[in-house]
Amino acid sequence: MILVVAEQQRGKLHRASWEAVAFAQELAGDQPVEAIVLGSAPGDPAAELGQAALAAVHVVDSVLLESYTADGYTEALHHAIEQLQPTHVVLPHTYRTRDFAPKLAARLDRALVTDCIGLTRGERPGFLRPVYQGKLIAEVAAEGAHPHLVSVQIGAYRADAAKRGSTPATVKPLNVPLDAAAIRQKAEEPFQEAKQAVDLSQAERIVAVGRGIKAQEHIALAEKLASALGAQLAASRPICDSGWLPMERQVGSSGQTVAPKLYVALGISGAIQHVVGMKGARTIVAINKDADAPIFEIADYGIVGDLFEIVPAMIAELQKT
Amino acid sequence: MRIAVCIKQVPTREWQPRIDDSKRGVREQDASFEMNEPDAYALEEALRLREKHGGEVVVCTAGPARASQVLREALARGADRAIHVEHDRLSSIITDSFVIAGALADAVREETFDLVLTGLQSDDQGAAQTGVILAERLGVPHATIVMDVQLAEKGAVPLLRVKRELEGGWFQWVEMPLPALLTIQSGINQLRYATLKGIMAAKKKEIRKVTPASLPAGHSSVVNLDVPRKTKQTQLISGSPSEAAADLVHRLKDQARVIG
Repeated sequence: MILVVAEQQRGKLHRASWEAVAFAQELAGDQPVEAIVLGSAPGDPAAELGQAALAAVHVVDSVLLESYTADGYTEALHHAIEQLQPTHVVLPHTYRTRDFAPKLAARLDRALVTDCIGLTRGERPGFLRPVYQGKLIAEVAAEGAHPHLVSVQIGAYRADAAKRGSTPATVKPLNVPLDAAAIRQKAEEPFQEAKQAVDLSQAERIVAVGRGIKAQEHIALAEKLASALGAQLAASRPICDSGWLPMERQVGSSGQTVAPKLYVALGISGAIQHVVGMKGARTIVAINKDADAPIFEIADYGIVGDLFEIVPAMIAELQKT
Repeated sequence: MRIAVCIKQVPTREWQPRIDDSKRGVREQDASFEMNEPDAYALEEALRLREKHGGEVVVCTAGPARASQVLREALARGADRAIHVEHDRLSSIITDSFVIAGALADAVREETFDLVLTGLQSDDQGAAQTGVILAERLGVPHATIVMDVQLAEKGAVPLLRVKRELEGGWFQWVEMPLPALLTIQSGINQLRYATLKGIMAAKKKEIRKVTPASLPAGHSSVVNLDVPRKTKQTQLISGSPSEAAADLVHRLKDQARVIG
């Protein structure tokens, strides 16, 4: 049996849970796939997930799991896995999974392969994951006793690729012993830093800058191109970390997710943390001096060259008409 | 406060890895190396905590002989001393997180640090596992993707209060007792660079070498390496910068129809 660990927050199922189900169904072949939902009265997300073709949805319901803590989740899932005895445990590679999954794997002393984008099915499954900033793909074999834990990169599988069941899956309560004293973290309510003044998700066109812009004074060049294209200005994380543009203009896993008609990536290498935030764009243009940059794998149009020569020429061309 | 910072030496971002004949490794010979970026932020945060609260900052790495270069650099930036876990099996760039975390745990356990910091993930393998496994091996609570670290007190008991980054611009404060482990997100602070004085001072600082007879077991291995497959047909536009720029603008207007 393959067990999917779904993620929910205040009764809302994280969309990546469906993507994890899609991956698990591909991995399973003829084996049954089940899911587990943790929380305080997480009945709604469990029922929602029950629409998938799953043999069962297990629910661990405890006030100790009302707000997420690494200790609480590790404890609960450790007991659940010992009871249910899955061969594989599949998780969406969310920020939350990154927080507890390695701890869970260490407590079980079992393999964990993170951030998978696909799999090969030979004698034993090979898990495909990007390495070296996405420049290579590694096929990784999990070793040792089962279960093997696998996390699935967000967006690598489509949520609607998860097979739906003809009848709702059985939702079963699962009792696990939980000790309040074993939970050492105390989590406060999540919050947003400031109301996001810039909503990039609605932008029709975006010009985004990455490390290749080299210096803060060059941001003005990108700004000029953005204005010539009628585009919003955005950036990859390192640019915002350096304070060259405000955090609210960050696109990627820790920033905004965008899907404009046109996305122009200037000097952006295409690290996965950025790509997950923009690969839904309809037309992607990449301008980068490194022909091997992963951004070219998802670009519709690419120019390998010096952005400091190409961008001024583009601005001139746009101003001609 | 006694703080350990675990850092990794990784190939530079500009390096284009070439797959070796075994198809399971890369040709390391042409790589140049640097300190993993999130680890550099972890080191900076440790130095700032020491400036505020006093104590000691010890940098640790598990890697081959060449990795001592990042320890030297950390010492030059202000760390007090260093621990280098060296073993043949750590020489490959691709090593299972359990091996690295286990080796680090064995090296730092006896020193009973108040706080262990590391970057949230490595720029080369990006597994985001080592820090969290290390926390479990040391038996201490942890938090990941941390963007602010504060020390408070509850009664007379020291308490750690950290801001965790969640997805999509959300954050959350989490409290936990010390000792603890935190994985630090890039951008938590502004990095300092080594001064000439720091570089000179680093030459006198201690790097303690630990050479374990054996390493903890790993749970996975790379069976094949490949280059990524393109998901899109990319139209690569060539020519001089002005020709390419004009060509691109025309294609965006007439073919993609994304500009007016």
